[in-house]
Amino acid sequence: MAKPITYYLRTDKMPHIWCEGCGHGIVLSAVLRAVDSLGLDKDDVCVVSGIGCASRAPGYLDFDTLHTTHGRALAFATGIKTMKPNLNVLVLTGDGDLAAIGGNHLIHAARRNINLTTICFNNSIYGMTSGQYSPMTPTGKMATTAPYGHIEEPFDLCELVFSAGASFVARGTCYHANPLSKLIAKAIAVNGFSFVEAISQCPTYYGRRNKMRDALVMLDWQKEHAVTKRAASRLSPEELKDKFIIGELGTRTRPEYTERYESIIKAATKETDDNV
Amino acid sequence: MSRRVAITGNEAIAEAMRQINPDVVAAYPITPATEIVQMFANSVSDGKVDTEFVTVESEHSAMSAAIGASAAGARAMTATSSQGLALMWEMLYIAAGLKLPIVAPIVNRALSAPINIHCDHSDTMGARDSGWIQIYSEDAQEAYDNLIQAIRIAEHPDVLLPAMVTMDGFIVSHGMSNAEFLDDDVVRGFIKEYEPKHYLLDVENPITVGALDFSDWYFEHRRQVADAHTRVKDVVLQVAEEFKGISGREYKLFDGYKLDDAEYAIVIVNSAAGTAKTVVDELRAKGLKAGLLKIRLFRPFPQEEIVEALSGKKAIAVLDRADTLSLMGGPLYIDLRAAMYDSPGPRVKMVNYIYGLGGRDINMEQIAGVYNDLVEIVKTGEIKRSVTYLGVRE
Repeated sequence: MAKPITYYLRTDKMPHIWCEGCGHGIVLSAVLRAVDSLGLDKDDVCVVSGIGCASRAPGYLDFDTLHTTHGRALAFATGIKTMKPNLNVLVLTGDGDLAAIGGNHLIHAARRNINLTTICFNNSIYGMTSGQYSPMTPTGKMATTAPYGHIEEPFDLCELVFSAGASFVARGTCYHANPLSKLIAKAIAVNGFSFVEAISQCPTYYGRRNKMRDALVMLDWQKEHAVTKRAASRLSPEELKDKFIIGELGTRTRPEYTERYESIIKAATKETDDNV
Repeated sequence: MSRRVAITGNEAIAEAMRQINPDVVAAYPITPATEIVQMFANSVSDGKVDTEFVTVESEHSAMSAAIGASAAGARAMTATSSQGLALMWEMLYIAAGLKLPIVAPIVNRALSAPINIHCDHSDTMGARDSGWIQIYSEDAQEAYDNLIQAIRIAEHPDVLLPAMVTMDGFIVSHGMSNAEFLDDDVVRGFIKEYEPKHYLLDVENPITVGALDFSDWYFEHRRQVADAHTRVKDVVLQVAEEFKGISGREYKLFDGYKLDDAEYAIVIVNSAAGTAKTVVDELRAKGLKAGLLKIRLFRPFPQEEIVEALSGKKAIAVLDRADTLSLMGGPLYIDLRAAMYDSPGPRVKMVNYIYGLGGRDINMEQIAGVYNDLVEIVKTGEIKRSVTYLGVRE
């Protein structure tokens, strides 16, 4: 039986800070519906964030939440998870927070395969500081720090995180809100580092600067440019050129960090006991 | 001709940076300093400066890039606030230890936790022992003037130390006020070209920067940093004298307001000094000999001059917009008390007020209350509380 979304919200913290048309509310509701679908108790969920528009999300959530410093959410979350391995620890973060200032923590959390679930609200821009380009701003796009078009290449975050060792990576969009929620539910259920890139829209600082005047145009863009893996397999490289793939993009079974930690303690303790 | 404009503190700093035209600026966005670099970035993209502008992935990298650039002989700058400055902490000591004259405007903002974007001085006060010169500014005009002078001070061959110029977040950075800008060629003539004596990639004179330095020489090198600081005061005054020649505006190590004949003095930095001066005027009109000392150069600390200015006062209140949590008061107070230990004559009564953390307003009534407390202390000869948190819900 699905609970209303307000069950998981600190409604006294409303109104939220997000601009009109911002996709972050859609991603947040996808996270909450995922939590609800798994039947998780509120007390068994801890939500951690860094700094930025996306990282304001935990402030609105009625779980135990920790709002930390810029880029370091995964480091704080690692501390929580190692102390309380039974908690479902969710990290809600933005593309600037996760992929720029926090990029180092991201690859090492994935490498360790610690059982955290990271949702990256990717709106391709630093929204909170009014539109500087991020590591996820596509080449050629405009930003306040790229007034003639961006000259760098963005990360493929899913590829990066999977290559670094994660157990599960997936991508969804705000337009495909229900599938996004299902991907997040799968990610939470995975025993290992799981990562979902949620393509979100920032009409205020990204859209307006890049000929997408409002959220509807941007959601349309998501609809037009997202293809499933199966659909992609039927398209030519030419047809795939400006598309991105959504859905589960990588799964693997690897030993999980906190379990390994437990077992090494057991092994070491046993050895000591034997010696005694 | 100089221009008189209505301007925010951030705009004033961005304009000064455009005029300074540094070789390298490396920065990362953070409220409330973002605007400075954003506006400067526009100057870069509009071709108004020759600067290499590096958009790095964190403040730690911003200061690292500035250090690299400065070591290679560039005039390098960055700007930040709060957590950004905190993240630079490791690199601040390196910039000072390598004696690299990097200049950075810092927009004062509270430190986490809890998260807060508004003004207090925890960020720069936390960096007070890093070896950087620190110059505090009351308003946009002072911030603009101080930043231009800081280039000359930092790069002076007798000094060669990094310098930060601070102003209050939002109150000054986003508040509109009148300011006068100098002409571009006047500024450029004043700051001159930077001509470093030693730098990387000088193939005729190869050097090593930041090498391992154990118990054999480390101590001597750190001693040199302290030695450089002993020469800062004179350079600050000399640069101020020259600056007066181009601007007509006078700067010293600190600013005394109705201080000479004052019996009761407040010591303060940055924007709240403006509020306090108005209180001084009101109290003077009522016949109370109130005065104020606003520190401009906080690092290095101009002990002799400040002690001389404050000696003979009946009572002094030091207002700190930061806490040290040492339970001995804020950073200004602790330094002032230590400095006054050497003052001639009977010991002056001194108290501390910690105010305005996280952007909490301080108003004229509260400052008038501080002067009243001083009068009471002198009357009774008794200090009830040496450290008071002013304007907080207890």
